[in-house]
Amino acid sequence: MANARPDPVQIVKQRRDAALGALVSSVPYIGFLGVEFDRRGDELTAIMPYAEKLIGNPVLPALHGGATAAFLEITAIIGLSWSVLWEEIEAGNFDASAVAGGKVPRLPKTIDFTVDYLRSGLPRDAYARAHVNRSGRRYASVRVEAWQDNRARPFAQATGHFLMPRRDG
Amino acid sequence: MSDSKNKENEGFQRQFIEALPHAVALGMVPGSMGDGRAELSMPYNEKLIGDPETGVIHGGAVSALMDTCCGAAAISHPDSPGGTATIDLRIDYMRAAVPGQCIRAEAECYHVTRSVAFVRARALDDDPERPVATATGTFTMGND
Repeated sequence: MANARPDPVQIVKQRRDAALGALVSSVPYIGFLGVEFDRRGDELTAIMPYAEKLIGNPVLPALHGGATAAFLEITAIIGLSWSVLWEEIEAGNFDASAVAGGKVPRLPKTIDFTVDYLRSGLPRDAYARAHVNRSGRRYASVRVEAWQDNRARPFAQATGHFLMPRRDG
Repeated sequence: MSDSKNKENEGFQRQFIEALPHAVALGMVPGSMGDGRAELSMPYNEKLIGDPETGVIHGGAVSALMDTCCGAAAISHPDSPGGTATIDLRIDYMRAAVPGQCIRAEAECYHVTRSVAFVRARALDDDPERPVATATGTFTMGND
């Protein structure tokens, strides 16, 4: 069966979305903040829908710097983990349906994380994307940018270093 | 410090935290606050877990605690006009906090100018000899 037909697109999408869903839903804190992920191919956009509990300054009002930092860190960790997982799934080393079935890979650990607060976070939905600067066997460097209404006007950005989970073999 | 002044301070600290919906949502408990220093703790809670396998708290929750504590230290500085915003915050995660233990943060302004407070902080669990994380940050003096 050298020329096995590729799986129909819906099946492939479903499998990838299920793997991502399992990865994200395995972390209670992501659910607590209400952060969701939108996937287009291998690109992820994190979304933090506005909620009153994310407010730090009720007078302005503005998002809490801690909520913003956590949102960026979640985006970095899931983005990094997904980029590794994606390659493994594509290479056929990792079964996406096994991930969806609960065999979730271990997540990278944060070594350090630096956040630049560029402007105050408005009481609106926030979006973020991670860019993996370098992903080595043990260490990785990731940059994240978050924006609200206007993609060209980010309200926060961050850089972090991560310890990659040990892989078998 | 007289008892009445202490009481007044306690009320202020409680008010400060209760005015921050995100701090309340994370279950933060105010400690002492004044003179450019602040203490704040966050009891263990399963909803804050970042590593499902070990039950370790998510780094983001520790960041939120550190950010709040540093901000509290900035506001409590005698030269502060009240209010602050984070300009930059760096967190070094030295080790995983032990699951089940309360995390306590302590922050101090080590330098302030008219516009900026330079703040550092540590986060500790039950072992005060080995911090879980350290932070350094810059904060605005006043609301932007």
